[in-house]
Amino acid sequence: MIDTFKSQILAGTPLCIRGGGSKDFYGNAPHGEILATRGHAGIVAYEPTELFITARCGTPLVEIEAVLAEKEQCLAFEPPRFSAASTIGGVVAAGLSGPRRASAGALRDFVLGVKLLDGEARELTFGGQVIKNVAGYDVSRVIAGSLGTLGLILEVSLKVLPKPVADATLRFEMSQAVALDKLNRWAGQPLPIVASAWQDGVLTLRLAGARAAVEAAEKKLAGEKVGAGGTAPEGYFDELRDQRLPFFSDPAPLWRLSLPSVAPVLDLPGEMLIEWGGAQRWLRSSAAAGEIRAAAAKVGGSATAFRCDPALKEVVGAFAPLPEPLMNLHRRMKSAFDPRGILNPGRLYPEL
Amino acid sequence: MTTLTQRTHSHERDQDFSGVDRTAVLQALAAVLAPASLLAGQEDLKPYECDGLSAYRHLPLAVALPENEAQVVAVLQACHRLGVPVVPRGAGTGLSGGALPHPHGVVLSLAKMKHILRLDPAARTAVVQPGVRNLAISEAAAPHGLYYAPDPSSQIACTIGGNIAENSGGVHCLKYGLTVHNVLRVRGVTIDGAIVEFGNAALDAPGYDLLALMIGSEGLLAVVTEVTVKLVPKPEVARVIMASFDDITKAGAAVAEIIAAGIIPAGLEMMDKAATAAVEPFVKAGYDLSAAAILLAESDGTPEEVEEEIAAMRAVLEKSGATGIRVSTDDAERLRFWAGRKAAFPAVGSISPDYYCMDGTIPRKRLAEMLTAIAGMEKQYGLRCVNVFHAGDGNLHPLILYDANVPGELERTEAFGAEILARTVELGGTITGEHGVGYEKIGSMCVQFDSAALAAFHRVKAAFDPQGLLNPGKAVPTLHRCAEFGRMHVHHGALKHPELERF
Repeated sequence: MIDTFKSQILAGTPLCIRGGGSKDFYGNAPHGEILATRGHAGIVAYEPTELFITARCGTPLVEIEAVLAEKEQCLAFEPPRFSAASTIGGVVAAGLSGPRRASAGALRDFVLGVKLLDGEARELTFGGQVIKNVAGYDVSRVIAGSLGTLGLILEVSLKVLPKPVADATLRFEMSQAVALDKLNRWAGQPLPIVASAWQDGVLTLRLAGARAAVEAAEKKLAGEKVGAGGTAPEGYFDELRDQRLPFFSDPAPLWRLSLPSVAPVLDLPGEMLIEWGGAQRWLRSSAAAGEIRAAAAKVGGSATAFRCDPALKEVVGAFAPLPEPLMNLHRRMKSAFDPRGILNPGRLYPEL
Repeated sequence: MTTLTQRTHSHERDQDFSGVDRTAVLQALAAVLAPASLLAGQEDLKPYECDGLSAYRHLPLAVALPENEAQVVAVLQACHRLGVPVVPRGAGTGLSGGALPHPHGVVLSLAKMKHILRLDPAARTAVVQPGVRNLAISEAAAPHGLYYAPDPSSQIACTIGGNIAENSGGVHCLKYGLTVHNVLRVRGVTIDGAIVEFGNAALDAPGYDLLALMIGSEGLLAVVTEVTVKLVPKPEVARVIMASFDDITKAGAAVAEIIAAGIIPAGLEMMDKAATAAVEPFVKAGYDLSAAAILLAESDGTPEEVEEEIAAMRAVLEKSGATGIRVSTDDAERLRFWAGRKAAFPAVGSISPDYYCMDGTIPRKRLAEMLTAIAGMEKQYGLRCVNVFHAGDGNLHPLILYDANVPGELERTEAFGAEILARTVELGGTITGEHGVGYEKIGSMCVQFDSAALAAFHRVKAAFDPQGLLNPGKAVPTLHRCAEFGRMHVHHGALKHPELERF
């Protein structure tokens, strides 16, 4: 399989690396001949007590999660499952994290090592399977979220964690401004809040951790507990994670705003869903890209055109433009790994 | 005059900087720095001749101590123009010779940039200059019930800029992560004087994650001028269990059992018998000196969660065959239990003229195997070794005891250390968990990485520093150096770098 990949890369035609295709919409429009990764699949190693799993790129995410669940473990960054076909290679290449990100960390925080083929079909191994490793540059984490523009991920090692012992969901009615204030205050206290979501005047919190800690926090937060012991609360955060809530099926362009959690309520038209204690805000809005990006930049963050008409991305770009000194380093990094520019050209930025 | 355009960073060979014109360098630096910010006399240079790894020393051409970012830019531009190596330096506490001066280069000390610029308790962030000490951040955050989580043993002295360079950890990183997990933004200057922002005030930024690349890059990519760190709430309580084992294998298995039980302790440390014997007279912590190994397992959080976790860990340790278990009853006792672990290095320094601290990581399950191998090496090299171990994350710190005044002992020590590192790679680990490669382990990098990966690292380096002026000769070996290193590891029966001539 690797030899097939190599010859496809060496042929020199621009390639579109594709796993399950569940994130074809993400980033700028894919171009090039399809390089299908699903055939290169399978879990290579899983050692629960060493807290890592190593899998080939085409391994379905659902398969990995099922194997981890048998040992009461999980991918704590909760990557979105936009379809059952989603592969681990695509998960890492996209670098997206789910509801628990603000407390557990992002996908890149859990990447321990990668094996990849770069744009010259060179097989490169970075990082490893141990948690603490500072030998060589941390290229593995750069590969996370690079949308396949630096290399074809062949294999990845991820840190895994135990599932929390106890879980609870709380729900409060409050305005966006009050919710943002409360979320930031709570985050400064030792409370087991692992996820949050505010939408339409309702704040939902997920608590998780030691049973006693969850129970004590529930009392302290004195909220209205929803669906005690039932499946509804867990279902909510799963639907949020996989973007199956009705909010995400609205036809208006979906923007992802990554902001400092303390950023105030933004004066932008459209509907807002807030996660990560205020640090990730989803916006359904037909406002001009320039207006949205300026509002995000003004408070120290950035705005991504996440899901919208490809024609819009064609004009405004999926990702916020970078300052020239930083873009210059991006171009040189691209050329260090893919000098001919054949891997997922333009998917991240037109010049990469 | 040597001009930069003649220099090109190469993965093949280290560059020869012997032609650097000292007078021209001093003139150029004097034009951009106040007299008090430029050291060039032998006596003034002496304190900078080494970092925490004192076995290797060089006097630099000069030491530049810029007071602000504009001066950092000016120093780098001058060195860039003249083709002079630049070695960035924080507090100089590093243990791998990362800040070892280049004999034809300038040491760029960030010691004067030591201000906490902003601390935002609501956002739980602090914006600091690179010369701010690690512990000073936590001290400033303490009134708000917050702290900066990574706590390397040198945290009283080491600076955040150095922590970025090394991706420093500490005893709590199993639960709270390394530097890379606790930094939101780094502002830096590349060798050509360009100011670049990596990351921002949010949890992620568009584009490649060059923030992660910067962290742990050992001063080879850019010079840090400002850092935004995350602050986290201080746990309400912490308690530690001290468990004795009569067998090192049982102690290693107990570590795996704790993880298997779904517990991620705040700290999980091990000391062998030689280590407890060395530290007990020093700290009087009440360690069980008859034990083959001692485990320290800490739980932190709310009182309820700590109680639950301590009970769970105690049950696991009992089942794993602990011969004695004590749980700290108050903070004074907790700190006393930890005192020996924290004082392990100075304690060892008091029983031996010199010691050499190693820093490999191995899969936890290979611990007993590793310690047995080290015991064999002690006999082979005729040197004693004391073992302290961040057991939770597999990071081993063997301390090899030697006397630099005995001819041949340092060389035997280096060979002993290199063999330990080669073994960590064989066992599926890495040659450095948290101290960095620096100058010290550059040869061992040839054991861990093949020439394709090393060449890729050099391409990354050249993307940031095409002339190869930032901290040359550190962190990533040239292929020529690997060939010279000679004692190359034969991995899975295949000799690495077969394309190169042997020396």
